[in-house]
Amino acid sequence: MTLSAERPHEVEKESFVPPASNAVSRRRGGGWLSQHVGTAIVAGFLGYLLGHWLGNYISSGYPVVTNTGQNSIADLMALIFMVVGWLAGIGALNYPLAKLVGREAKDDVELTGWSKYFRFNLDHKVVGLQYVLGVLLFLFTGGLLAMAIRTELLNPTTHVFSADTYIKIVSEHGTIMMMMASSVVIGPLGNYFVPLMIGARRMAFPRIEAFSLWVFLAGYMVIFSALPFGGFPTGWTGYAPLQTQAGPGMVSYLFGFFVIGLGMMAAGFNLAATIINYRAPGMTWSRVPVFVWSILATAALLTLATPVLVAGGLFGLLDKTVQTAFYVTEHGGSSYLWQNLFWFFGHPEVYIMALPGFGIVGEIIPVFCRKPLFAYRIAAAGMIGVALLSFFVWQHHLFQSGIDPDMRPLFMLTTELISIPTGFIFLVGMGTLYRAKIRFEVPMLFCMAVYFNFLIGGVSGVFLSDVPVNVTVHGGFFVLSHFHYTIMGGLIFAFMAGLYFWLPKMTGRVMNKRLGLWHFWTMFVFFNLTFFPMFIIGLLGQPRRVFTYAKNLQTLNDFSSISAFLLGASFLIFFANLMWSQFINPKKSPANPWESLGLEWQTATPIPPHNFDRIPVIMTDPYHYSEAGAPALADFGDDDFVHTSSGSTTSGDGSA
Amino acid sequence: MAEENSTDTDSHFRRITIIWLVLSVVLDLLYWFLVGPHVPPGRMTSTARADQFDFNVLFVVALPVLIGIWEFMLYSVFTWRSKRAGVPEPVGGPTAAGNKRAEVSWIVITSVVVLLLAAFGTVSVITGKGSGGGEVPNPLWSPSGSVKAETAALAGTGTWAPNTNAVLPVQVIGQQWKWTYRYPTFGGFESSQLILPDNTNIEFNVTSLDVIHSFWAYQLEVKADANPEENNVAFTKTEQLGSFVVRCSELCGIWHGAMFNYGKVVSQTAFMTWATQTEAANATNTEDLPIFAWTYVPDANGAAGGYYPDGKLTPYSSDEVYGSKQPGS
Repeated sequence: MTLSAERPHEVEKESFVPPASNAVSRRRGGGWLSQHVGTAIVAGFLGYLLGHWLGNYISSGYPVVTNTGQNSIADLMALIFMVVGWLAGIGALNYPLAKLVGREAKDDVELTGWSKYFRFNLDHKVVGLQYVLGVLLFLFTGGLLAMAIRTELLNPTTHVFSADTYIKIVSEHGTIMMMMASSVVIGPLGNYFVPLMIGARRMAFPRIEAFSLWVFLAGYMVIFSALPFGGFPTGWTGYAPLQTQAGPGMVSYLFGFFVIGLGMMAAGFNLAATIINYRAPGMTWSRVPVFVWSILATAALLTLATPVLVAGGLFGLLDKTVQTAFYVTEHGGSSYLWQNLFWFFGHPEVYIMALPGFGIVGEIIPVFCRKPLFAYRIAAAGMIGVALLSFFVWQHHLFQSGIDPDMRPLFMLTTELISIPTGFIFLVGMGTLYRAKIRFEVPMLFCMAVYFNFLIGGVSGVFLSDVPVNVTVHGGFFVLSHFHYTIMGGLIFAFMAGLYFWLPKMTGRVMNKRLGLWHFWTMFVFFNLTFFPMFIIGLLGQPRRVFTYAKNLQTLNDFSSISAFLLGASFLIFFANLMWSQFINPKKSPANPWESLGLEWQTATPIPPHNFDRIPVIMTDPYHYSEAGAPALADFGDDDFVHTSSGSTTSGDGSA
Repeated sequence: MAEENSTDTDSHFRRITIIWLVLSVVLDLLYWFLVGPHVPPGRMTSTARADQFDFNVLFVVALPVLIGIWEFMLYSVFTWRSKRAGVPEPVGGPTAAGNKRAEVSWIVITSVVVLLLAAFGTVSVITGKGSGGGEVPNPLWSPSGSVKAETAALAGTGTWAPNTNAVLPVQVIGQQWKWTYRYPTFGGFESSQLILPDNTNIEFNVTSLDVIHSFWAYQLEVKADANPEENNVAFTKTEQLGSFVVRCSELCGIWHGAMFNYGKVVSQTAFMTWATQTEAANATNTEDLPIFAWTYVPDANGAAGGYYPDGKLTPYSSDEVYGSKQPGS
């Protein structure tokens, strides 16, 4: 007997009725005059001009403006109006505005064809792909800036850039990359696959999901506006007296984090609400895929940590515009306030950028090992443990800053404790590999690289958490190398694994394997050749964010720079592969190319807008690779039962 | 294949463990004796020596972890790689989805290692008198005699002479974009060169006039953020003669990369000679400086004008108010 027969109410209740918002109505769909990216850009530009004029009109008479020749109020107003204009132009505000004035909003148009990717769309699958393009835009911009940094560091005395330009590039690189990394998995893969993996038809709040995307893209424009405004000299950390001293580019930085923070909070609580409330019947907490666990842990961090950043950014904006003194020590504020607020967000942020990577790896490794995920409960516990502990470690960024010294052993302890749940992830990976039958497809190679890189990143983190060693390595290239190993070596490699693994489902087109192998091996080798020497450079005394360094470090720096250029080239291979396999010469993918048991692979290809004709009833966790004749993963309510593992198609517990 | 017996499983595990043990012991010994003594930043001061030891201990613990996981991964790659094309048969067995013994031992071992490391770090930072890191105006851990030296220095009565075992207080002032140093026991003269006596406990009082800098005397193994209106104290004891470099390790604006200078550790008598001579030579300049204090704030004319002591802070106690040196104007 199938579960659908056992529990008809659960299944019947969920059977598919097309929701009203999906009603196909072509009244105003698709035309060039309706709202799309073009109108958003125009509206954003007009908003910028209007805001700038208004800001000048309001504040031009004040002495602080006349004396300094800088009008931060006008700059901020311009950016605020730009973001609002952008959101209005894309159509994000149509629904709330209509509701605000008491009207029924117009029906959303179900769009077809490629143009839907350039419009405000509520389908989580469209938003996921839009996010892919968005994060790649961030990633490639930040990557180009990194190439510029490494070019300057080729020589300790001959300078390509002026000191001023160099520090702007460094700051812009760091900030753009941090913004990218906090959404790089949550946005594209989280939005796309969480509903599919838990058996839901949509996200809990589709408008919030689309809002988070468009506000994320607005954040790109805001942070990029720092460059025409003259840049900002503070790095991505934006420490306070320098922040107060800096020019109008600082407004872009603060408002940029404010805007990105709004998007992060929106995406975070939407994902959390979806995971908690939209699981299909039978999808108990012990059957939730490990990727969903990681997204849930990340969503909790996004929801709880990001408000602190947004508040911190707001204080900074008030300091810069209306002359409050939150961070101005001589007027009663404290520069430590920013450091604490920033890192209270900033350390959970580090795990926002690590946990989704763990989730991807945990999801992919069993598929290529043909084995169940080892110690599933430990994997989930590890992610939740990391998320909880990450709120108690932030002061290790302030070990040398002049914090109360008796706090240091405490924060050393909490920081080192966090390596216990992080170690769980390694236990899970090693246990799964043990006596497996491993296929080395491109996604699997990237997952193995995540373990390799994150191990170095994690172990070097223990060195940093130790107060005596921290004296040597704090603020130098050692810490720089450490967090590139965790964020790039961990998260970006995991993101690539996820793309190679899931793009066949997302687009129906496989990535070219030969190019994929070239991409993997160049990226893996040159990533390590770029960043490993930086540990030594750091130990030999080179501080971060400098344009000159000791002459005896030139060989190591040159080695690192040349590797960095080749690492950049490996991204060109990726880009070429993406273009070739997805657009120029697409090859149709089989429905389940890796023979995964995940629920997301059991949907029809291409996935219908409502994902599932009938909400599936989940019967087991998705890692039963080992047992021939194991119960089917899910009951889709039709006679066509899902097969569980290769070679053994089963019709559940004897229902046929 | 699914019914492989447990002895076969154990043989894999035994092989991995033996290789791991041998590699770990050999590489740890090689590291400790060949690399360890040369790990930066050397052994010029007590903190450099202690922190180098600390680094080496951490490395000797970390190396087996790295070796263990890498070896396991490599072993997996070569031993359990699927040789056939296509999707392999599934792998089963009672321990495929979890193994209580392995899980519990992993958790226990990592927890014990982590707690031991935290305990070791705590002991090191206490015995190292803060290990050369900045400890705010009220350090918990300080060498004996430093309180007295500090109080005397602030009152203008501090002295230092060779062979007295006295602590030498030095003030480090960061500003965009240079380091200067004041010697309160020698009339408070200011120098752009950091000269220190050998075999002496040094107390660095680090402050800033504008934004946050970080005083990083690389070979001395001292690092303390220079905050405006904050006296960040760090200790070390010089143990070898030689020169060292001071860099700024907290981003402080466009010329952050160029904010460095050099210093020297010289013999106590040579230091005494240099200090007394410089004090005399700089006497007129010293009169124009703000009165010596642990922190300074801009006067009414802002940064372009001058600085005066902000009169808020006194060493090791925020209760006592240092009142005798308020600005004259």
